[in-house]
Amino acid sequence: MTRGLIGKKLGMTEVFSEDGIFVPVTVIEVEPSVVVQKKTSAKDGYDALQLGYGRVSQRKLTKPLQGHLRKADKGYFRILREFKGDTEGYEVGQEISIDMFAPGDFVDVVGTTKGKGFAGVIKRHGFGGGRASHGSMFHRAPGSIGASADPSRVFKGTKLPGHMGTDRKTVQNLVVWAVRPELNALLVKGAVPGNKNAFVVVKQAIKKGKEGK
Amino acid sequence: MNPIEFIEKEQMRGDIPDFNTGDTVKVFIRIIEGQKQRIQAFEGAVIRRRMGEIRSSFTVRKVSYGVGVEKTFPLHSPSIDHIEVVSRGKVRRSRLYYLRGLRGKKAKIKEAGK
Repeated sequence: MTRGLIGKKLGMTEVFSEDGIFVPVTVIEVEPSVVVQKKTSAKDGYDALQLGYGRVSQRKLTKPLQGHLRKADKGYFRILREFKGDTEGYEVGQEISIDMFAPGDFVDVVGTTKGKGFAGVIKRHGFGGGRASHGSMFHRAPGSIGASADPSRVFKGTKLPGHMGTDRKTVQNLVVWAVRPELNALLVKGAVPGNKNAFVVVKQAIKKGKEGK
Repeated sequence: MNPIEFIEKEQMRGDIPDFNTGDTVKVFIRIIEGQKQRIQAFEGAVIRRRMGEIRSSFTVRKVSYGVGVEKTFPLHSPSIDHIEVVSRGKVRRSRLYYLRGLRGKKAKIKEAGK
């Protein structure tokens, strides 16, 4: 069986629980995904389902992709993702809906974090920085990055300024707060990586059982 | 409608009376103690209203045994049983934080138009 679905982060809001507690939730739009391809150990070396999400017009895709998607014959998709696992009981062209999740399930959400551009060491690595005033001339600079003649080089992995964000990040063990099939929406307690309207993958949590809350 | 708007709208309560800063209100709060549920009233002046759909809230201030007590409630909270408007007040600003520094007669809000 598949262990996840593809969705789109719509943004965050808050929801009242039954006992009146205000709970922050992320709303993820999860329309039914379509099985585009079944990968098998015999042919591909592993078992997985390839799902398509995010409908686009045909002319937006390359001809090879068009041909690949035509095998499922359910329209054209922007996003293709693979989900490892037993593919038994699934057919190419089959739609997989949000019903696989129930309130209280634990899920892991994979997304692409917001881009921060070229970031300094305070934002990127949480350095303390120097004093703002009282004659201080050391504000947001990284400071010393190593010794002198010995070793005569900067060690690999030294925390320095550079590009930050747009990384693939997984947030584990978020609780499914509500499943709203009529809105195609999944409400997950807590924050999820990425911008609004960014695509995310929602999977069953690998470190927790199915029940929870 | 955007699903987020829909989720927010569907939780909003329609039974909130019309009140404003300066008004004196009585808020009936549901309190759960173990298995039992009881209702407690909190009466005082509204010193702040924050608008924002489901995130709206308001703050009520009263002086209890000489100690100022303020409580902030989410406007649409299900733990509010109901709200009663006791009297309308006449005030010239929307946030009445100045009441915190005043005591006795000076801390009184004039009643609106008789």
